Amino acid sequence: MTQEKTPLITDEMRAHVGKESEPYTLEVDKTSIRMFARAVGHTDPIFYDEAAAKAAGYRSLVAPPGYLGTPIFNPNAAARRGRDMGPQPSRPLTRILNGGTEIEYFDDICAGDVLTATSHVASYEEREGSIGQMLITTTKTVYKNQDGKVVAIMTGTGIRY
Amino acid sequence: MAAKWNEITEGMAIPELKKNCSTQQLVLWAAGSGDFYQIHYDKDFAKGTGLSDIIVHGALKHAFLGQLLHDLLGGNGKIKRFGCSYRGMDFPNQDITCKGIVTRKYEENGQKLVDLEIWTENPEGKKTTPGSATVIINS
Repeated sequence: MTQEKTPLITDEMRAHVGKESEPYTLEVDKTSIRMFARAVGHTDPIFYDEAAAKAAGYRSLVAPPGYLGTPIFNPNAAARRGRDMGPQPSRPLTRILNGGTEIEYFDDICAGDVLTATSHVASYEEREGSIGQMLITTTKTVYKNQDGKVVAIMTGTGIRY
Repeated sequence: MAAKWNEITEGMAIPELKKNCSTQQLVLWAAGSGDFYQIHYDKDFAKGTGLSDIIVHGALKHAFLGQLLHDLLGGNGKIKRFGCSYRGMDFPNQDITCKGIVTRKYEENGQKLVDLEIWTENPEGKKTTPGSATVIINS
């Protein structure tokens, strides 16, 4: 039996596209860099040994590829990571998959840096896949360092179904 | 073993990086990345969502591709951009082979640039995480 499907994308969601989130803070510290690098299996000492990082010309331990700081955890904050999830689709979607990640770098990120990020939804898209009706959300996040310089832009794709 | 500008040619394959995640590595990654979604370490939870087993985090495979590029550069350059799509699932205790091919070598705004096609492959040779990258080569 085929049935007419209600579009997932609402007018409220369309109006949300491009809207900047409140800025949120991420810290880049030595312990988190070592933890991230260890989890990946990096072997380059510039991620673990400050003397090696400095000898390679960096201010301190280098953020491994993919690491853009750790959001400050606050159990009392109303919204996770300082940003809300945005308007909800026409029916609740409970399952989430990560669709993709792209990072563009504009400068070095090292331990001691404090990053400020703002995110916005770049697009919503609806697709029919093997898992059924899917909502694809593309989010762009811009990371600035303590000097106000844009150091990275991340484009993330989330799939909800 | 750093990549050298005059040794890079379009079409060349870069050295592979082989990974094989233990469940312990997935827990390490959960802590390191802050992604505590249970489908990556709780088998019952994963099965409850219709998966056959716990699955490797997409962002971890992205970071593996980052290591592939970092190790290729060997200090002789920087990653300008790298991204990938999570097309297929990967499971713990199975090989994830990170591979890349140089697609373009060029100079732009005084920078020596190399574009690459990068991906991870599962034991059946399927590209589960196709992506692309641009790296800056110093010399």
